[in-house]
Amino acid sequence: MKVIQHIGSYFIMLQKVFGKFTKWSVLKNLILRDIDILIIGSLGIVAFISFFVGGVVAIQTALNMSNPLIPRNLIGYATRQSVILEFSPTFISIIMAGKVGSYITSSIGTMRVTEQIDALEVMGINTYNYLIFPKIIALLLYPFVITISMFLGIIGGYAASVYGGFCSSALFIEGVQIDFIPFHVQYAFIKTLFFSFLLATIPAYHGYFLKGGALQVGRASTISFVWTSVVIIISNYLITQTLLA
Amino acid sequence: MITVENITKSFDGILVLKDISTKFHKGKTNLIIGQSGSGKTVLLKCLLGLFLPESGEISFNGIFLNNMNNKERRKLRQEMGIVFQGSALFDSMTVEENIMFPMRMFTKKSYKEMLNRVNEVIERVNLSNSNSKMPSELSGGMQKRVAIARAIVMNPNYLFCDEPNSGLDPQTSIVIDNLIQEITKEYDMTTVINTHDMNSVMEIGENIIFLNNGEKEWEGSNKNIFRAKNKAFIKFVYSSEILKKAKQILTK
Repeated sequence: MKVIQHIGSYFIMLQKVFGKFTKWSVLKNLILRDIDILIIGSLGIVAFISFFVGGVVAIQTALNMSNPLIPRNLIGYATRQSVILEFSPTFISIIMAGKVGSYITSSIGTMRVTEQIDALEVMGINTYNYLIFPKIIALLLYPFVITISMFLGIIGGYAASVYGGFCSSALFIEGVQIDFIPFHVQYAFIKTLFFSFLLATIPAYHGYFLKGGALQVGRASTISFVWTSVVIIISNYLITQTLLA
Repeated sequence: MITVENITKSFDGILVLKDISTKFHKGKTNLIIGQSGSGKTVLLKCLLGLFLPESGEISFNGIFLNNMNNKERRKLRQEMGIVFQGSALFDSMTVEENIMFPMRMFTKKSYKEMLNRVNEVIERVNLSNSNSKMPSELSGGMQKRVAIARAIVMNPNYLFCDEPNSGLDPQTSIVIDNLIQEITKEYDMTTVINTHDMNSVMEIGENIIFLNNGEKEWEGSNKNIFRAKNKAFIKFVYSSEILKKAKQILTK
């Protein structure tokens, strides 16, 4: 029953986000600040994780190819498919739910407990729009992060395969190009855009409606991470079923 | 002037405000006093429109809050200045940006005009040369001054202060109290202060409303406190150590 109530409140919140808009000159600065924190600030960790996980995917594929009849270019193919279809859009989003999501929950939650949101409300500002809308817009650049992740994941796979002695450079590149379906990239970006909306709004909901003090801010960050991950995983299944099955 | 008529408010079935009626006068420092949990903050938040009372009416200069549409409410809110208990300064902004914020949101003034006004109010609250400091770099008293400066930057008709002395030493408290009183006279505002600090009551209590368990039990000014007959109010007044000692000396 409580979950249904939360879902209802979440959609009411979304409606209010697109209600009375904040002055553009103020909103513009908030969007730029959020792009810096949420997108630019995440590039380092995304690049690091993508490169090494791409490498691990390639090594695992190579080590499980015991049959000599299987062509070695499969390492490149498997790395590309894993990275583009699932690792970059979905698993990086789960990592971002931890990094970006907990930042959004704790920053909005702290504003709630220190009465900063009350101060904004009393001034007559649509706090939903002021606090959440810039984050939604900033995270529209999230596919850009995922593009970098895809690229570095495949580069990581290449480095691990070639310098680890699992296959030659030519074979890996051939594998990356084999049976390439452009729609898979579109599918990945459709997912990414949807996840970016979830990444901005679910943590914001948990921060905005927080009650209590500093302890609850920490608790809300954890809960928001769990719920964002759960919704991402479920919607990943549904999008995959709809677009690929 | 703000008029409150028969306000009632409850949370989870517990009555927090019971049939409160009172008036907050223009150009005066109106104090809502009472122990923690007496309903002071709830009454203040009802005045601010953050809580909706279950029954009763609140009017600002004769215009009822309940009859206002969203646009009128927003306009009214722009006539209000608020000093929150914890100052509620925006962490990510400097002192200058914090004070300038309401002007950036609601006026079309140029940056130069806004900066002039910011410097004017910064000087008024004795915080010169603090423009570029972040709230975390300021002491509690300085944060309160910035909050007051932000509250008055738009020349409000109403000033609300929720426990403006909380967390401050007695000397700083007196400075803040006097500053609020001076500003009230200067801007001819209706100021409502929520406090349980007896020093503030004695210092600036021109119109005092005493709440006890959600009920208004006494109303008067700091001049007639010692003539009060209400037991709960007398108990509250003499819970202050200084007044307790003063009473002992006087009775000797």
